Amino acid sequence: MSTFILLLLTGLGLAGLYYLVASGLSLVFGLADVLNFAHGLFLSVGAYATWWAATNLPGAGSEGLGFVLAVVFGVVAGAVIASIVELVLIRPLYRRTIAQVLVTVGLSLAGVALLQAIWGADPRPFPRPAWASRVTMIGGAAVPNSSLLLAVSAAMVLAGLLAFLRFTRVGLVIRAGVEDRSMVTALGIDVRKAFTLVFAIGGAAAALAGILAGVQFSVVSPGQGTSLLIFGFIVVVIGGMGSVTGTAWAAAAVGLLQQFVNYYASGLGDICVVALLAVVLLVRPQGLAGVAGGAHA
Amino acid sequence: MSAAPPTSRALLSIVDLRVRIAGSQILQGVSFEAPATGVTVLLGRNGVGKSTTLKAILGLTPAGSQVTGEVLFDGVPLLREPTHQLVRRGLGYVPEDRGIFAGLTVAENLKLAERVPDPDYDTAYGLFPELKQRSRQRAGTLSGGQQQMLAIARVLLNPNRLLLVDEPTKGLAPRLVTEVADVVARVAETVPILLVEQNLGLVRRVGRDAVVLAAGTVAYRGPIGPLLDDEQLTRALLGVGSHSRVREKQPEAAPQAQGMSAAHGAGGTAQS
Repeated sequence: MSTFILLLLTGLGLAGLYYLVASGLSLVFGLADVLNFAHGLFLSVGAYATWWAATNLPGAGSEGLGFVLAVVFGVVAGAVIASIVELVLIRPLYRRTIAQVLVTVGLSLAGVALLQAIWGADPRPFPRPAWASRVTMIGGAAVPNSSLLLAVSAAMVLAGLLAFLRFTRVGLVIRAGVEDRSMVTALGIDVRKAFTLVFAIGGAAAALAGILAGVQFSVVSPGQGTSLLIFGFIVVVIGGMGSVTGTAWAAAAVGLLQQFVNYYASGLGDICVVALLAVVLLVRPQGLAGVAGGAHA
Repeated sequence: MSAAPPTSRALLSIVDLRVRIAGSQILQGVSFEAPATGVTVLLGRNGVGKSTTLKAILGLTPAGSQVTGEVLFDGVPLLREPTHQLVRRGLGYVPEDRGIFAGLTVAENLKLAERVPDPDYDTAYGLFPELKQRSRQRAGTLSGGQQQMLAIARVLLNPNRLLLVDEPTKGLAPRLVTEVADVVARVAETVPILLVEQNLGLVRRVGRDAVVLAAGTVAYRGPIGPLLDDEQLTRALLGVGSHSRVREKQPEAAPQAQGMSAAHGAGGTAQS
C-alpha cells in the first residue's frame, strides 16, 4: 500500500512537471499555430536564472524567502525571454509555418550552445532548500517533498490558468482564438496581442518547470529543457492542442503511467508513454479534449 | 471627408479587385460601389466569388493569396490595413458559416464582440429574445437558426457604418428564412448592408441595388427590380433553373417570406 501511495504521489509530481512544460506549448500551438521547439529553452532559462540569482542576486538565496525571490526571478526571466522570442523571431513569420519551425529549432540549439559556452556542459548543483530534499510521511510512504512541490505548483498553475481564461477579457479572446483566430480579428480584436501574452505565460510556466526540475534532480544542465520538451509534446498531442484541461489530464496519465511502469518493469515506462501516444493517435487523433474535425481554423 | 455625405455617394468603392487563391484566379477585376443607405445585394452562381469578395474587403482571404486592386471605405483604402483595424472603422461581418465560437457560451460570444463601452444589448436582445434566455448555453449546442441569430446579434452590439452579410439564410428552414429576412429588413433601415444571398424572395424584399458576378467579373450592376423582372436575364446570370434544384426549399420559401412581411408589419413588436 505504501508503495502504491509513493508511486501515486511521485507520479503526480512527474505529471506536474510535464504539465508545466506542456501547458504553454499547448496554448501557443492552439492559439497561434506555432510549433515552438524553443520552448525547452525557456525551461533552461528559468533554471539558470534561478541558479544565478541564488548566488548573485542581493537578497536571494537557497533557503526561505531568498529562494522564493530566486524562483520569481527565474520565472520572470522565462516570461521575458519568451516574449522577446515571440516579438522578434516569431511575429515576422506568422503564416509561414516551416520558417517558424526552422527558427525555433535553430533557437533551441543555439540557446543550449550559449548556455554551454557560458556555464559549461557539466551539470551544476542546483540551490535547493533543505526542506525540498526531505520526505513527508503520507500513509506510510516517505514521499519526497520535491515531488509534492511539483504536484502542488502545477495544480496551482492549472487553477490560475483556468481562472484567467474564464474570467478575463484576454482569456475570452484566447479561448475564442484557439477555436477560430480569423473570426476573432473580424470582430475587431487584435489577436496578436494575445499571442505575446500567451508566449509570456507559457514561458513563465516552462521556467517554473525548469526551476522545479532543478529542485527535483538537484542539478541544472544545459540540455535538461530539451529532453523534457519531448514529453511536453507527447502530453500536448495526447491532451488535444489548445485545451488547458485536456493537457492536465494527459499530463496526469503520462506521469502516472511512466512512474508505475518504471517501478514494476524497470525502464519500460518511456516506451509505454510512446505506446499510449500511438493508441491515442489511432483512436482519437484530435486528442482527449480536442473537438473532432475542428482542429482549428 | 467627414462632412455628411449625400445619400447617393458611395460608401464602399471597389475598383478592379483581383484575388488569386492557391493558383486559381477567383476574381478577375471586380468593380462596384455600395451606397451609404439600403441593401446592395451581391448575386451570382455558386462558386463565382461572392464570399471571396467580402473576405477580400475584410482582409480575410487565406494565407498566401494575392489580392490586388483598391477597396475604399468612405475614401479610406482598406486593402493594406489589418482586419481588426478596418473592422473598428465600423464594418460588421456576418460570415457564411456564421463564425460563432462553439465552445463559448452565448453570453461569451456576445461579450467577445463588444467593441464599444456601451454595447447595444437592447437592440440585439430585442430582435432575438431567445438569445437572452439561452445566454449560458454553449453556442455549439444551438440550432442552425439560433447560431445565425447569434452571428447577427453579435455585430449589432456595435455601431456599424456598413454590414457585410454572407448568405444568412443558408441551410435554414423556411420559417427561419422568414425570420432572418425580417431582421435584415429591419436592420437595413438604419445601416447599409452589402448582402450575399441566393434566396431571391429575400433579395426582392430587402434589396435595392444588385451586383451580379459571373466568371470573376461584374456582369450586371443596377437596380434589383428590373433584374428580377427580366426572367431571361435572371436565368442567364443566376441560373435559377439549376439553382432551385440545388436548394429545394427555396421556391416555397420565397413566397412565404413575402407573406410574412405583411404579417410582421401588423404585428409590429417593440422597436425603438
